[in-house]
Amino acid sequence: MSALKESLGFLASRMRQIGIFIALIVIVVLFQILTDGRLLTAGNVSNIIVQNSYILILAIGMVMVIIAGHIDLSVGSVAAFVGAMSGIMIQQWGAPWWIAIIASLLIGALVGAWQGFWIAFVGIPAFIVTLAGMLIFRGLTQIVLGNQRITPFPNEYRQLGGGYVFPQLFPASTSPAEWITVGLGILALIMLIGSQVKGRMSRVKHGLESEPISWFIAKLAFTAILVLGLTYLLGIAPGSRGTPIVLIVLGLLVVAYTAVMSRSVFGRHIYARGGNLHAAQLSGIKTQKVDFYLFVNMGVLAALAGLVFTGRLNSAGPGAGNLFELDAIAAAFIGGAAVTGGIGTVTGAITGGLIMGVLNNGMSLMGVSTDFQQFIKGLVLLLAVAFDVYNKRRTGGRRSQPKAPMTASTATISTETAETAEAGKPDMQKANAKTGPAGS
Amino acid sequence: MGAGILEMRSITKTFPGVKALQDVNLSVARGEVHAICGENGAGKSTLMKVLSGVYPHGSYEGEILFEGKPVSFRDIRDSEKSGIVIIHQELALSPYLSIAENIFLGNEIQSGGFIDWNKTNLEAAKLLARVGLSDNPTTKITDIGVGKQQLVEIAKALSKQVKLLILDEPTAALNDEDSAHLLDLIKHLQGQGITSIIISHKLNEIKAIADKVTIIRDGRAIETLDMKSDDISENRIIKGMVGRDLEHRYPDRTPKIGEEIFRVEDWTVHHPTEHDRVVIHGANLNVRAGEVVGIAGLMGAGRTELAMSIFGRSYGSGITGRVYMHGKEVKVKTVSDAIANGIAYATEDRKRYGLNLIEDIKRNISAAALGKLAKRGWVDDNKEYLVASDYRKSMNIKAPSVSSVTGQLSGGNQQKVVLSKWMFSDPDVLILDEPTRGIDVGAKYEIYTIINRLAAEGKAVIVISSELPELLGISDRIYALSEGHITGEMSIEDATPEALMQYMTKEKEK
Repeated sequence: MSALKESLGFLASRMRQIGIFIALIVIVVLFQILTDGRLLTAGNVSNIIVQNSYILILAIGMVMVIIAGHIDLSVGSVAAFVGAMSGIMIQQWGAPWWIAIIASLLIGALVGAWQGFWIAFVGIPAFIVTLAGMLIFRGLTQIVLGNQRITPFPNEYRQLGGGYVFPQLFPASTSPAEWITVGLGILALIMLIGSQVKGRMSRVKHGLESEPISWFIAKLAFTAILVLGLTYLLGIAPGSRGTPIVLIVLGLLVVAYTAVMSRSVFGRHIYARGGNLHAAQLSGIKTQKVDFYLFVNMGVLAALAGLVFTGRLNSAGPGAGNLFELDAIAAAFIGGAAVTGGIGTVTGAITGGLIMGVLNNGMSLMGVSTDFQQFIKGLVLLLAVAFDVYNKRRTGGRRSQPKAPMTASTATISTETAETAEAGKPDMQKANAKTGPAGS
Repeated sequence: MGAGILEMRSITKTFPGVKALQDVNLSVARGEVHAICGENGAGKSTLMKVLSGVYPHGSYEGEILFEGKPVSFRDIRDSEKSGIVIIHQELALSPYLSIAENIFLGNEIQSGGFIDWNKTNLEAAKLLARVGLSDNPTTKITDIGVGKQQLVEIAKALSKQVKLLILDEPTAALNDEDSAHLLDLIKHLQGQGITSIIISHKLNEIKAIADKVTIIRDGRAIETLDMKSDDISENRIIKGMVGRDLEHRYPDRTPKIGEEIFRVEDWTVHHPTEHDRVVIHGANLNVRAGEVVGIAGLMGAGRTELAMSIFGRSYGSGITGRVYMHGKEVKVKTVSDAIANGIAYATEDRKRYGLNLIEDIKRNISAAALGKLAKRGWVDDNKEYLVASDYRKSMNIKAPSVSSVTGQLSGGNQQKVVLSKWMFSDPDVLILDEPTRGIDVGAKYEIYTIINRLAAEGKAVIVISSELPELLGISDRIYALSEGHITGEMSIEDATPEALMQYMTKEKEK
C-alpha cells in the first residue's frame, strides 16, 4: 500500500516530464484508430520522421535559445539561405558536395555569430535581432537565387534529407529484414539501457537514488518497446525502407544535446542565465559569451536543417523554410519550455515536435484540409501551454506556508507588486553587467 | 480608546495538510495602533488576508465583526468598501503612472465617462498634503523614492475613506529617516481616528508607536500585550514570538584575528549611466583573517555600490583604485576575476540577484563554482548532489532534499542557500550585504552563527547592514559610510550607536 503510494507520489512529481509523453502516445493511438491503422505503417512512420526531421533539428536549438530567455525568429530564413548557398556552391562554383556541406555549416555559424554579436555584445533583444535576421536572410536568399530555384542536387547531397542506410544492399524482395536497421535498433537499445543502468548504479552507490525500482523498470520496458517497435516498422514490417539517414543524425543530436543541457557546464550556464540573469552574472557566469555561442549553435543547426530540407526536396527555392521558426518555437513550448526562460528540455522539445508532426500527418491521412490543420495545431499549442500554467499554479504555489489557489484579486496584486519592485530600483532595470543598485 | 472596531473570533484557516491559523482571536479597539508580531510563517499575513477578503468568506472558519456587525467579504474590493485597506510589504503601485493616477487607480474620478484630470490632481494634492508630501501629483512613481511611495500608498488608502489601515512591514524597505516619518504619520492618522494594524519585525518601532501587541506563533494567537500599561521590553516580545528566551541575540565569539587578507585603496566609482556623478569617493578599507568588519551607512550612502563595484565591477563606471589580496595587487575587472581571486559577494536582494528561484537547491549552490564539480566541461551530478547535501546539513537548510526548488523556501533558508553557494566558491573574503534582511529572529541567529564560523575558519568577513544593533552585535570593527565617503572607522570597543550615527550623517569634508 505504502509502496503504491510512494510510486504514485513519485509519478506526480514527474508529471511535468511524463505528461507530454502520455499526450504523444494518446495522439498516436487516437490517429491509429481514426485512420484505420494507416498511421503506424512502415512507409508512413518513415515519412513522419523525414518530413519533420528539419523541424526537430531546429527545435533542439530553439529550446536552448528559449531556455536562455531568448527567441529566434530567423531560423526559417537562415535555413533557406544556407540551402540556397549550398546550391550555388555546387551548381555555379562546381564545389564537391561534401565541401558544400561543410561550408554551409560554416555559413550557419557565421550567421549565428552575426546575430549573437548584436544580442550578446550590443544588447539588442533577440526578438528584434532575429526579426531583422528573418528579413535580412530571406532577402539574401532571394538575391543570391535571383528568385530562381536551384535543382537538381547531386545524389550524395540528397542522402542527408531523403536517404536510407544502404537499402540497396538488402532489398526487401530478397531479405525479410533490413539487417542494418535491426542492428542499429538493437545497438541503440543496448546503449540506452546501458547508460540508464550505469547511471542508476552510480547513484545507488552514492545513496542518491530517489526513483523507485518499479518505476525504473517500467521506464526501461517502455524504452525497449519504443525502440523495438520503431526498428520493426523501419526494418522488418512490409514496405519498410530501412533507417533514414536523418534519423541517425537526429538521434545523435538528441543524445549529444541532452547531455550538453543536463551535464555540461555550458548547459548549466544556459539554465542559470535564463532562470535569473542577474544572479547568473553575479555568480561569475559570462552570460554574454553564453548568449553568443548559443546563437552560433542555433545558426549551425539552422544550416543543418536547411541542408536536410534542400536535400529532401532536391531543390533550393526562395520561399523555402517559410514559417519553420514558428513550428520550432511551438515544438519547444508544447514540450514544456517556459516563456520566461530557465525551464525546458531537449527531449521535451522533440516530443513537442513529434506531437505536431503526428497531428499533421494523421490529419493529412484523414483528408483534413491544411487550413483546418493550422487551426487544430494552434489550439493544441494554446492548450498545452495552458495545461502547463495550470499545473504550475497547482503545484508551484506550495511553500512552507501553503497558499490558496490564486484568485483573480491576488493574481493582480502579485503582478503589480512585481512591477513596483522593479520600479523601486530604476537603475537596475537597465542593468546589464555594468549597472547596479539604486539605493543601499 | 473607544469600543472595539474589529473582532475576529476563533478564526481557523486550513490549507491542504496544514493548519495555517488555529482558533485565532483578535480584537482591536477604535483608534488604536495594534501591532502584530510573529516569526516568518507564523500566520500573520494569512490572518490579514482573511481580514481583507483575499481569502473570501467561507474559505475559513470563525467570524469577523467590523464596527460591531458581522461581515463576510468576498474579495478585497468588498473589504475596501467597508473601510479596511491593506498595504502590502511590496508596494502595489504602477511605476510609470503618476502619483495621482495611482491614488485613484480603479477608483477614477470621472465625468461623463472621461477622467476629470483637474479634479483628480486637485484631490490627489489634498491627500498628499494629509500624508505630508508636497510633490506634484503628476510626478511619476519611478521618480520618487521608496519612502515617498509608501506615503502615496497611504494617501491612496485615505482616498478610499479608510477606517482600518493594515500595514504589512511598512518600514522594511525604508531608511531610518523615512521610517520615522512614516511612524509619525501613523500616529498623526491615529489622531484623526484611523485605526491601524501593523505587522512588523522591528521591535523598536513597535515599542515606539503600538498601543497593543498581539503575538502570533505557529498559527495561534499567543498573547496580547498592552504596551501602555505594562512596561514591555523588546526581549519580552521576542520571548513570546519564539517561545523561548533569547537572552543572547548574538552568539558569543572570541575573535582570532590574523594577517590582513583584503585591502582596497583609493576606490572611486562613478554612476553607471551618469558618468560624471561620483558615487564612491576614494574609499580605503581593509579586513584581516578571522575578522568581521561591519559597514554602516544610511540609505543612499553607497554601501551596496561600494561592495558591488569591488566585486568584479558589477556596479558603476569609471572605476579607479586598487584591490589587494594577501598584500598583492589583483585585477578584478569581472565577476569571475573576483571569484577566482577569492572574493565573494552575497547580495542584499537574494530573490533578484542571488538565486535562480526556479532552480533547485543543489544547482544554486554550485552556480558560482561549477568548475570545481566539472571535468573538461562536464559536471559530475552525483558529486554536486553530495556537496549540496553536506551544505544542507551543515547550514541547517530546512528542505526535504537538495532537489527542492529554492523559490519554495522561506527567506531564512534561501539566505542559507546563498551563503552555501559562496562558501562553496571557497573565498578568502566574503562580503555579505544585508545578510539578515527579511528573515525571522530564529534564522537570524543561525546566520550570525554561520558568520562566526566563517571568521573562525580564518576568512575575512565584511557585513553590510542597516541595523546598527546587528552590526554592533557581530562586528570586530565598523566603517561608517556617508554620501560615498568612508567617514569613520571604529573598533567594537569604542563603537556606540550614537557615535556611529554621527559618522553616518557626517557631511563630506570640503
